[in-house]
Amino acid sequence: MKFGIMVNEGPYTHQASDSAYFFTKAALDKGHEIFRVFFYHDGVQNGTDFTTPPQDDRNVVKRWSELAQEHDLDLVLCVAAAQRRGLVDEDEQKRHGKDGHNVAPGFRISGLGQLIEAGIQADRLVVFGD
Amino acid sequence: MSEAGATKKFLYINRKAPYGTIYAWESLEVVLIGAAFEQDVSLLFMDDGVYQLIKGMDTKGIGMKNFSATYSALGDYDVNKIYVDKDALAERGLTLEDLQHLVWEDENEDWAEKDSIRLVSRDEIAGLLEEQDVIFNF
Repeated sequence: MKFGIMVNEGPYTHQASDSAYFFTKAALDKGHEIFRVFFYHDGVQNGTDFTTPPQDDRNVVKRWSELAQEHDLDLVLCVAAAQRRGLVDEDEQKRHGKDGHNVAPGFRISGLGQLIEAGIQADRLVVFGD
Repeated sequence: MSEAGATKKFLYINRKAPYGTIYAWESLEVVLIGAAFEQDVSLLFMDDGVYQLIKGMDTKGIGMKNFSATYSALGDYDVNKIYVDKDALAERGLTLEDLQHLVWEDENEDWAEKDSIRLVSRDEIAGLLEEQDVIFNF
């Protein structure tokens, strides 16, 4: 089956991203396809590599990056949500004259059309969040 | 715009008050972008989400952008199936009269103006959910 995944909450405050990660990993392990993982609302915070959790805790951001690299996953941060919440890639850094960029490896910033496309193309869109 | 050319049924469920959290506004942003994809779109307002459609909203006191007018523009985006949980309205002491009068123009009937809002029971909502291909819950 082809899944689309939507993550609507930030890391650590909420378990949504953890659950989405374990679901995605389990689906891949069972041979399913993940069309795209789309991060919306505070979910975009899952894509900042400025995250430095304590060493004895899981690294939610790094875990997504590693899964993306391993399975060639498409991890998309919503641009409108990202701009509001300080997620900046190199293009956005130049465009808005910011001091740095913080989008973690494997993630990219794009528009909400990518979410609708995931709804259209996937057999199931699974949403994680309240 | 779908490669397969198929149209899917998309339902956007709105369950939270318009202000206090960003979910109502960011739901609208998805609806507006999604309208360009020419899918079969419905919106459902239930729980505190029914407050999103209240008329006469004034946000000056909280210093936030008032996005009430966006709901009345939905008809222009061919978003004209707007379901409201009638029990959720009643539980909050509200009636249809408290909501904005949302309309759309039917091009098949010489652009006749028609109501977009349909009050539904919880049994009808169960049926509505059953029909959908994609459900967003905000």
